[in-house]
Amino acid sequence: MRTKLFVIIIVVIIILIGWGSYTYFNTKMTTKQLLIVSTTTSLYETGLLDILKVEFEKQHPSINVSFISQGTGLAIQTAMRRDADMILVHDPVRELKFLQDGYGVNRKVVAYNFFVIAGPSSDPANVKGLSPTEAFTKIKEAGEANFAIWVSRGDDSGTHAKEKRIWKSAGFDTTELRTMSWYLEAGTGMTATLRLTDEKNAYTLVDLGSYLNNYANENIKLGIIVDAGKDILNVYSAIANNPKKTEVYGSNFDASMKFIEFLVSDGVQQIFADFGKDKFSKPLFNPYIKLLERGNNQELIDWIQDLAYYDGIECPLHYRYEADDLYQVIHKELIIAPIILDFQN
Amino acid sequence: MFETFIEAIHQAIILIWKGDPEVFSIAIRSLSVSGLATLLSCLWGLPIALGLALSSFRGKKLIRGFFNAMLGVPTVALGLILYLLLSKSGPLGIFQLLYTPLGISIGQSLLITPIVVSFAASAIESTDIGVKDLARTLGASRFQTDLAVMHESTWGIILAIVASFSRAFAELGVAIMIGGNIRYVTRVLTTSIALETARGEIAFSIALTIILMIIVFSLTFIINFLRRT
Amino acid sequence: MSSHLHLEKLNKNYEDLKALNNLTFDAHQGQLISLVGVNGSGKTTLLRIIAGLDLPNNGKIIFNGKELNINDLRKIATLVFQKSIMFNTTVFKNVSFGLKVRGVDSKKIRNKVFDSLSSVSLQGFDSKKASNLSGGEQQRVALVRAFIIEPQILLLDEPTANLDPSNAIIIENMIKKILERKSCIIVMATHNLHQARRLSSFIAHLHYGRIIEFSKSEKFFAQPENKITQKFVSGELQF
Ligand SMILES: Nc1ncnc2c1ncn2[C@@H]1O[C@H](COP(=O)(O)OP(=O)(O)OP(=O)(O)O)[C@@H](O)[C@H]1O
Ligand SMILES: [Mg+2]
Repeated sequence: MRTKLFVIIIVVIIILIGWGSYTYFNTKMTTKQLLIVSTTTSLYETGLLDILKVEFEKQHPSINVSFISQGTGLAIQTAMRRDADMILVHDPVRELKFLQDGYGVNRKVVAYNFFVIAGPSSDPANVKGLSPTEAFTKIKEAGEANFAIWVSRGDDSGTHAKEKRIWKSAGFDTTELRTMSWYLEAGTGMTATLRLTDEKNAYTLVDLGSYLNNYANENIKLGIIVDAGKDILNVYSAIANNPKKTEVYGSNFDASMKFIEFLVSDGVQQIFADFGKDKFSKPLFNPYIKLLERGNNQELIDWIQDLAYYDGIECPLHYRYEADDLYQVIHKELIIAPIILDFQN
Repeated sequence: MFETFIEAIHQAIILIWKGDPEVFSIAIRSLSVSGLATLLSCLWGLPIALGLALSSFRGKKLIRGFFNAMLGVPTVALGLILYLLLSKSGPLGIFQLLYTPLGISIGQSLLITPIVVSFAASAIESTDIGVKDLARTLGASRFQTDLAVMHESTWGIILAIVASFSRAFAELGVAIMIGGNIRYVTRVLTTSIALETARGEIAFSIALTIILMIIVFSLTFIINFLRRT
Repeated sequence: MSSHLHLEKLNKNYEDLKALNNLTFDAHQGQLISLVGVNGSGKTTLLRIIAGLDLPNNGKIIFNGKELNINDLRKIATLVFQKSIMFNTTVFKNVSFGLKVRGVDSKKIRNKVFDSLSSVSLQGFDSKKASNLSGGEQQRVALVRAFIIEPQILLLDEPTANLDPSNAIIIENMIKKILERKSCIIVMATHNLHQARRLSSFIAHLHYGRIIEFSKSEKFFAQPENKITQKFVSGELQF
């Protein structure tokens, strides 16, 4: 009786381990090329990338794309250590550094959206409809008069960096603000920060995806108070690893370039435009290439280029590598040309 | 809060009942990755435990102390160190283990080795020393004596193995740092829970937690049941 | 050829304590030597050394003219412990252990184990868990387990302590049977002087690590030479 059970246990263990090794070898020995994209959590958590994966692998059956999602800083670090083949992030300053240090080439701006200032629907600081800097200023004043509370992410994430920049352009120093009683620091992830904000009936800066998701799941009751303005613009770019730096274990440069071309292709730009509509009745992202093509919102284009271009160029010439097609003047045919070519062979 | 919890239990039941294929494959991956980790750690952990428990030599206390101290090693710390080692630009980069299930297994096996060693050594030590003398006086060789002593402490050793499996199964740091939480490849229960929590899918992540706990508890339950029979 | 055990000037110290002090004696095949003496006089210590479980600090153990080391001793001698120890498994596996480690084939083991068990009225006990047996039954298992490997030296440490008189008789009869075969040397520690008288060829009186009287059973009781032994057998020994 007992030995029988023992045998059963051992068999179960062996099956599990067999399965484990099988899954391991299956992914490892696959003849497919493995493309690893290092990206930020806020982008990954929306679920958009899962859709892109399916679509990309449909178009490129020989490539298996995987996403590693980390904080922006770590995401870039991962690529610098060559553990990822490309990055998809939203921090123009650190992206430039990545290019300058020789780790990346062929930067391409692909999409944008706006951070939002979330707060109690009663809006005690009365900031609805103001520009982000004006709103920050008024929230500070209300805070000092004990009308309002601000919750800062406080964890050095991309969102936190953004918040600090807005405080700065409004003329305040966050090291000073930290000492004030109306300014709280959560020091954790976005969901936890939102819940804290909700409990305190406070204001906070949050990326649109996190806000909508938590709102839809009834984790929070906060409303969107400010949702547009140059200061809360959020621009996503893709950068391939510099193949000259990744020669040691072979590079996936070709695959990375295919993915970047894929991101700016018409179809994917449309996916950006649609994603989130069904669940939140508004899109989480806006396609940048489409914005350029439409060309009817020059103010927004200027904002984006001001924020995310380097001296008016999305990727300076010496940071480009065998990718001139990618930077042709915006014209549908030219952008999707590489993909069409790919289909033919 | 209470509503979230009800909702979570409801979701957990649906996930299990309908057999959501992705959740199922994640759970299986968790089991096999941590199962392999446990097997690996036993491979070297049990001989070390035997050596520590059955022989006496200089520095034995020091080694025991080392493994006892390592029992509480933070998983993220170990994960970070292993990440730096296994990274393509790290010293062990050539093995290309980063972001693979085998990489997680190896990381977890290191994490749980102290549990296997310390718990199994204690189990072996706590068996009557008379058993060792008895085996010897009946003519057993050194190896046969060790086997007899091990046999006496079978349940203690099994509990050590189960405890280390549970630890590997429920840890997050190594799985996320080494595995990277890649969907369909290295996503396990704990990394999914972390992801879903961060996404604000609180109910779903509690549902996953419930599944994780069901697996851990039923394992403990089965072992206890077998032990009684 | 009949075997011969000679112990020469054995010493065993536990820190300051001399548990065995220049101890010397002889035993021949077919004999049973009883060790008697007060608690702590060194009986168990001596048996463990002969069994090869502990090392003496100095002195020699010579068997058939050859000095033996600890490993040789473990091959020819086996000890039945004062406190009976069972492997945490069935009676069958307990009794068969010594044969199994000697590589005897399993069919032969089965026959031998079943024969031995029935010879001590333990037939049907083979699949029982050894630790669930009564003290008397466990002691029988322990004795069978030791004797089944046909040792050249059988060492018994108070085999009937903790047993009721009828169980003690059962054990004594087993020992007698073993003795009749004259196949081994038996050294037995006991506190039961009547038992020593009934079973022994020679009796050794151990007193604080020394043998102070070593004589034939009848003489030991009738006219021991040592004064302490005289008091010991008459029950007048004072501490
Ligand atoms: N491992 C040990 N460490 C220290 N002292 C020991 C050890 N084993 C035995 N002794 C001491 O050696 C002496 C002899 O002990 P031993 O067990 O041989 O006595 P014994 O004659 O068998 O006594 P009893 O009749 O109580 O069984 C005792 O004083 C005991 O305390
Ligand atoms: Mg004793």
